[in-house]
Amino acid sequence: MSQIDYGETQAVFTPRPDLPPPAATVGVLGWVRANLVPNWFNAVITLVGLGVIYYIVSGLLTWAVFDAHFAGNSRQACKPNVNIVMDKVATTGILPDGTTLQLETTAARVAVPEGVSPNVRWERRIEPRPQRVAGGRYARVAVEEDHIIEGACWVFIFVRFDQFIYGFYPKDERWRPTVVIGVGLLLIFYMLTDGLPHRGRVAMFLLLPFPVIAYFMFSGGVLGLEYVSNDKWGGLLLTIIISSVAITGALPLGIALALGRRSVMPIIRWFCIVVIEFFRSVPMITILFMAMVVLPLFLPPGTVFDQLLRVLIGVTIFIAAYTAEVVRGGLQALPKGQYEAADALGLGYFKMMRLIILPQALRIMIPAIVSLFIGIFKDTTLVQIVGLNDLLTMMQLGVADAEWTGLSKEGYVVCGLIFFLFCFSMSRYSMYLERKLHTGH
Amino acid sequence: MSATDTELDVEVDQSKMKISDEIAIQITDMNKWYGSFHVLKDINLTVNQGERIVVCGPSGSGKSTLIRCINRLEEHQQGQILVDNVELSNDLKNIDAVRREVGMVFQHFNLFPHLTVLENCTLAPIWVRKMPKVEAEEIGMRFLETVRIPEQAHKFPGQLSGGQQQRVAIARSLCMNPRIMLFDEPTSALDPEMIKEVLEVMIQLAEQGMTMIVVTHEMGFARKVANRVIFMDAGEIVEQNEPEEFFNNPKSDRTQLFLSQILTH
Ligand SMILES: Nc1ncnc2c1ncn2[C@@H]1O[C@H](COP(=O)(O)OP(=O)(O)OP(=O)(O)O)[C@@H](O)[C@H]1O
Ligand SMILES: [Mg+2]
Repeated sequence: MSQIDYGETQAVFTPRPDLPPPAATVGVLGWVRANLVPNWFNAVITLVGLGVIYYIVSGLLTWAVFDAHFAGNSRQACKPNVNIVMDKVATTGILPDGTTLQLETTAARVAVPEGVSPNVRWERRIEPRPQRVAGGRYARVAVEEDHIIEGACWVFIFVRFDQFIYGFYPKDERWRPTVVIGVGLLLIFYMLTDGLPHRGRVAMFLLLPFPVIAYFMFSGGVLGLEYVSNDKWGGLLLTIIISSVAITGALPLGIALALGRRSVMPIIRWFCIVVIEFFRSVPMITILFMAMVVLPLFLPPGTVFDQLLRVLIGVTIFIAAYTAEVVRGGLQALPKGQYEAADALGLGYFKMMRLIILPQALRIMIPAIVSLFIGIFKDTTLVQIVGLNDLLTMMQLGVADAEWTGLSKEGYVVCGLIFFLFCFSMSRYSMYLERKLHTGH
Repeated sequence: MSATDTELDVEVDQSKMKISDEIAIQITDMNKWYGSFHVLKDINLTVNQGERIVVCGPSGSGKSTLIRCINRLEEHQQGQILVDNVELSNDLKNIDAVRREVGMVFQHFNLFPHLTVLENCTLAPIWVRKMPKVEAEEIGMRFLETVRIPEQAHKFPGQLSGGQQQRVAIARSLCMNPRIMLFDEPTSALDPEMIKEVLEVMIQLAEQGMTMIVVTHEMGFARKVANRVIFMDAGEIVEQNEPEEFFNNPKSDRTQLFLSQILTH
C-alpha cells in the first residue's frame, strides 16, 4: 500500500499575493506572439499577409495621394510631369510553317526631366503580346499604355463635386436643398440621441410636416422661391430624397401590411398577402420599369404624373413589402401572453397594437429594418435605368464628359466612399442599438 | 402537475367574507371545442358576488379554458355566459364591458416588459377608463402599496423577482377596479418563498370581498380561503363542494383518485 500524500496544511491560512501574468501573454508583444507568430506556419502566413497588405496599400496610396493631382480646375492640371513617348518597333520572324511574320510592337519610353520626381508609375518592361490577325500575315501589338499608371486626378472630383451632390439643380438655388437636408440630418441626430427631451415630438415633426416643407423647398414655386422642376434634382440629393421617402413611407405601410396579413378578415388578409408576395418576388428593376409603364394605366388618361413620383411609389411599395415581412417576424417573436394581457385589460385592437405590441416588436426588429434601409439606399442607384440622375449617374455623366474622359477610377472611388459613409453609419447605429437592447431589460 | 401546500401562517377569517345573493357569473350549458376537440362539456356554474372559488383538476382537464371563457380570451360555441348580467357573444361592446369588470392574473405574469411597473398599472386606467394620468398614478401607487411593493414603482418588470412580478400583475388588474378576479395558476411558476407572498396578497383581496375564481393546486389556500372547490376532469365539472367536505369526503371516485395522487407525495 502506498502512502497518500495530502500535502502540507498551514495552521494559519495566508492567501498568496496576486502576481501579474507572465510577460509573454500580455501587452503588444504578448498579443503579437499569441496571434501572429505562435508557430512557424502562422509566422509565414503573417509575413505573406503583411506583404499583400503592403503591396495593395502602397499602390493605392501612391495613386491616391503621392502621385495625385489636387490643385487646378481643368484636365490640364492632371498632366504627368514626365514625357511619355511611344516608339514603334518592327521585327520580322519566320514561323515554323515557313510564313514570315512581321511584328509591330509599341514600347513606351518615359523621359524624366532632370530634377523631377515622376508622378506616374510604370512597369519596367513592356512585353509585347503578339496577336495573329485572322488570315493575315501581320500581327500587331496593342499599345500597352495601361502599364503606365498616372496619379489620381482629384481635380475632376473637385470641379464636378457640386453636380455629384445636386445634379442639375440651379446653382443659385442650391442653398435650399442644403438647408433642408442639413436640418433633416440634425433632427434625425436629435431624435436618435438618448435622453433628449421631446424626441417623440421631433419624430412626429420629421414624419408629417417636414416632408411637406421639404417638398416645397425643393420644388419652390411658392413664397417667391424659384420653381425647380424635379427632373433637375439629382446626384446625392436625389439619392437621399428617394431613400428617405421610401424609408419613411415603407415603415408605416409595411406595418399596415403586416397587420393586415394577420387580420381575421379574409379579404384584407388576402389582399395583403398578394401585395407582399408579389412585390417580394419581383426584382426592383422590374418594379421600376413597371412604375414607368404600368402605373399610368391605372390613372385617367391625360393625368400628368411625373417620373420621380412614379419611381417613389414603386420603390416605397417594394420596400414596404420587405418591411412587412420583417414586422411579421417581430410580431411572431412576441409571446402570446402579451396579447392576452392586453385583451384581458380591455385595451382593444388598435390600442393594444400601438401601446403594447408594436413598441416591443419594433425594438426587436430595428437591426433587420436598418439593414433593409441600407439595402434600399444602395438600390437607389438602379433608378438610373429609368432616366433619373442619382449620384452614380452624375458621376458617370462626368466621366463621359470629353474633358474628363478616362477618370472613372476616381469617380467610382468617390461614389463608393460616399455610399460607404452613409451605410456604415447606419450599420454602426444599428449595432449600437442592438447592444443597448441586449443590456436593457 | 403537483400540489403544494404552502404554510400560510396568516389567520383567515372567512366570516368576514360576505357572499351576497347577487349573481356575478352565470354559465349555462356551455360547450367549447378546439377544432373537433370537445374541450368543455355542458358546463353549468353560478358564482355569486363575493365567492372565492378554487378550481382544480388534472392537467388538460380544461381549467384554464373555462376561466378564459369568462373574459372571452376564448370563445365558446354553445350555451350562455353571463357576467354581471352582460352576455358574452360576438358583440364587441359586451366583450369590452365584461373585460372592464373582470381582472385576470396569469401563470407567467404577462407584464409589459417595455413599461415600468407603475406604467403597467396606469396603462389601462388611462387608455380604457380615460382617467387623467395623475389620478391613474395615484391609484396605481395605492394598489402597489396594497401588494406591498410601492418602492419598485419605477423599475422595469425584468428587474423584479417572480413573486414581485406576480404582485405587480395583481396590482395592474386591481387598478381597473374589477368586480371579479380570475387567477390562472398564479403561483405555479414561482419558488416556494415567493408563492407565500403572492398567496398572502390574494387572501387580503378575498378579505376585502373580491369575487375570485382561482385555478390552483395550493390546497392550503383552498382550505383557508375558498368557500367552494370545483374539481374538473376531461372538460367536465366532476364535483364541487365546500373545501372541508371536498377534501375530507370526496364523493366521486375520480376526485378521490386525484386527491390521493396530489396529497400523498
Ligand atoms: N388553443 C388551443 N388549441 C387546441 N387545443 C387546445 C388549445 N388550448 C388548450 N387546448 C387543449 O385543451 C385541453 C384543455 O386545456 P387547458 O389549458 O384548459 O387545460 P388545463 O386544465 O388548464 O391544464 P393545465 O393544468 O396543464 O394548465 C388540453 O387538452 C389542451 O391540449
Ligand atoms: Mg392551465
